Amino acid sequence: MLAFILRRILQSIAVLLAVGVVAFSLFRYVGDPINAMVGQDTTMEERAELRTKLGLNDPAPIQFLNFIGNAMQGKFGLSYRTSEPVGRLILERVPATLELSLCAAIFALFVGVPMGVYTGLYPRHWSSRLFQAVSLIGISLPTFLIGILLILVFAVWLRLLPSFGRGETVQIGWWTTNFLTWSGLKALILPSITLGLFQLTLLMRLVRSEMLEVMRTEYIKFARARGLTNRAIYFGHALKNTLVPVITVTGLQLGALIAFAIVTETVFAWPGVGQLFIQSVQFSDIPVMAAYLLLIGLLFVLINLTVDLLYFVVDPRLRSQGGAARVAGH
Amino acid sequence: MNFSFRHSLALTAVMCAGLSMAPAADAKTFKWANSGDVSSMDPYARQETFLLTFTQNIYDPLIRRDKDLKLEPALATKWGQTDPTTWFFDLRPGVKFHDGTPFTADDVVFSLNRANGPGSNMGSNFVSVKEIKKVGDQRVEVTTKYPDPLLADKWAAIVMMSKAWAEKNNAVNSADMTKNEENFATRNAMGTGPFMLKERKAGEKTILVNNPNWWDKPLHNITEVIFTPVANPATRIAALKAGDIDMTYEVPPADTETLKKDANVKVLEGPETRVVFLGFDQERPELLESNVKGKNPFKDKKVREAIHRSIDVDAIKRTVMRGQSFPTTLMVAPGINGYMKDLDKRPALLKPEEAKKMLADAGYPNGFETGMDCPNDRYVNDEKICQAVVAMLAKIGVKVNLRAQTRNLYFAKILRKADLKPGETSFYMLGWSPAQTYDVHNVFEALIQTPNGATKKGQFNAGGYSNPALDKLADAMEQETDKAKRDAMIKEATKLYVDDFAYIPLHQQAVVWAARKNIELVQLADNSFPLRFVQVK
Repeated sequence: MLAFILRRILQSIAVLLAVGVVAFSLFRYVGDPINAMVGQDTTMEERAELRTKLGLNDPAPIQFLNFIGNAMQGKFGLSYRTSEPVGRLILERVPATLELSLCAAIFALFVGVPMGVYTGLYPRHWSSRLFQAVSLIGISLPTFLIGILLILVFAVWLRLLPSFGRGETVQIGWWTTNFLTWSGLKALILPSITLGLFQLTLLMRLVRSEMLEVMRTEYIKFARARGLTNRAIYFGHALKNTLVPVITVTGLQLGALIAFAIVTETVFAWPGVGQLFIQSVQFSDIPVMAAYLLLIGLLFVLINLTVDLLYFVVDPRLRSQGGAARVAGH
Repeated sequence: MNFSFRHSLALTAVMCAGLSMAPAADAKTFKWANSGDVSSMDPYARQETFLLTFTQNIYDPLIRRDKDLKLEPALATKWGQTDPTTWFFDLRPGVKFHDGTPFTADDVVFSLNRANGPGSNMGSNFVSVKEIKKVGDQRVEVTTKYPDPLLADKWAAIVMMSKAWAEKNNAVNSADMTKNEENFATRNAMGTGPFMLKERKAGEKTILVNNPNWWDKPLHNITEVIFTPVANPATRIAALKAGDIDMTYEVPPADTETLKKDANVKVLEGPETRVVFLGFDQERPELLESNVKGKNPFKDKKVREAIHRSIDVDAIKRTVMRGQSFPTTLMVAPGINGYMKDLDKRPALLKPEEAKKMLADAGYPNGFETGMDCPNDRYVNDEKICQAVVAMLAKIGVKVNLRAQTRNLYFAKILRKADLKPGETSFYMLGWSPAQTYDVHNVFEALIQTPNGATKKGQFNAGGYSNPALDKLADAMEQETDKAKRDAMIKEATKLYVDDFAYIPLHQQAVVWAARKNIELVQLADNSFPLRFVQVK
């Protein structure tokens, strides 16, 4: 087990380094940030001077080494756009994104899994067909369109929910939370649905097909023969055996939720890291973009690690094979 | 478009309507949005309209601009020149900063030096300045290296900060992006202005509250202002329709028509002071991207004329701009000092055969081929305008190969380099507004004068147009303090570049704002939005 974790960590470092190279080299082609940083009247000399000061004239390998060296110490420099330290800029935005992603994930899990179980158990029932049809919408409509439609219906027409923003937040230490105010909770609803809908659909379809599969197996028949209650069969035996792929997908999708919250955050003006990233791209704000990419890389690596460890908990077969087990399936 | 129209526009922008929503007795909150956030609370961090207009709600300048962009007293009650190189500013007595400390000449000297200091982006307003000194508690004197008749105009953009506050909070200089240290003034503010900064969350929201001790009689009636950046245009429009915001600063052209149909919303449109134009490479002996070798067709005035007179700006207005542009023949807009209304007459459009004949006379009977550069995210419909131009020029046998790209790549390509080498382009688009001075000289100096490394003239004259007679006039008007003489010079210089077909001015794009019906506000032609004129009914 320990060797497995160590090996995983080593792999993670390699992955992060690769992300660093990609991020860095990509940004060399984003354009000249100087033009975005200064006003139209700034003289050519002032521009050249700023370029030198920012180290944009150094050779690429030197710039890269500086970048990695500073990144390891958590130093990403000052944002070109706001002149604030990048680390703090991102840290301030992290709570908004994490709370949104968490709510979206909970929404997807607690609606998607039961819907999947239901449609798996009663595939021919009319409500199952309805769920299937609705889920088609979730999978085929682009996120921004769903967001705009929800805003139109619930904010512009019905005036029930706010059209954008986070509402009132409460500060706990450095963390700002939506969960403690009424307007904060209301503000969470539409973006969470928008962000979670695709995942919900995915989970529902996954659980459904897994359930259909499992319900045909011998041990379910045997369980029925033993006279177990439906409840015990469905949830104790069937659902539990569908969980390994569900956990893999949920885990990876949680990463995707955080990383791809970009679109949802832009639509709802949600002040999270995704929105920060978009603003930074428009501005060629290289320090912020680099830090963001590394952060997302780190997040995916951590989530993958956690998912791998969770298999041990869920699937006893892996435990009995010992720590060297190679887990396939993702 | 003419003066009286623009005038009436500024006035009619002060629109009022009933339909009040039974608000609470005195607390009036004004919520508004823009596509992006203010990049800093530090008023010298960037010379950019949005930052300047936002920070001027908190900070006052010595002299400010009124509804018609004319100068009026603010923290200085009187100003002028005692001799051609000396300016004086008499300060308003009894003004207090938001923290209650008095505003004095020391603050003025400090602020001006800070704006001209390291980290500040306002340095170009101080090129002529030799010395700034305090003369008594209520007077500041400025000596210049040469006569600078536009100093007061330029300084309407420079607001006054508190010396004691900046020193106490270690913000004596603007935050220098090149040093890894942050600055108190990027997130906090201490001015004398009509509003006080209550809360600043960069990228999320910024809250201002009314300053009850403001020196001026407030024309607004708001007690609290909440500003939120909302990047997605559709969300911004939805929020306005839903009443979640009272006003949005940038309205996409496509949404204007739908908004006009909404009974709770009004749309405010007016011409911006920026002129969007096309320029030619008239400097290289051979164009970078052309099938003509050994010579540069754009050096020939006949060729420039044929192209200039084949571009139908009214058609561009009708189709590409959906009516939201104000065609112009001059490089400055109405409202800018030095705009010559009687010269703003576009020469008649040529029929394709006439233009072809003109090109043939110039030695291009079969037309020619050229590259063209265009931004795709800088001006309203920039790429589409260029595409329309490509189609119009195809009719006269000029084959244009268009390359449209994002602004950061675009400007790096087409602008002159630091050593003033010409930009890497043959035919390009640019927009310009003399936003510092609101005076035509800025346009001559930056765009039309011959590029010169020593005098720093013509730095943005990417194509290298050059006319020595015009250079001389522009240099003379910079220091001429007699208005009649100066106007004559401006007129002559304007004629020169118009007759040379030096550039192809296209139009001013429209500034489009939208607000709820119960909001009264003033839309200024330079796209600035002072909260001090906002009334919530």
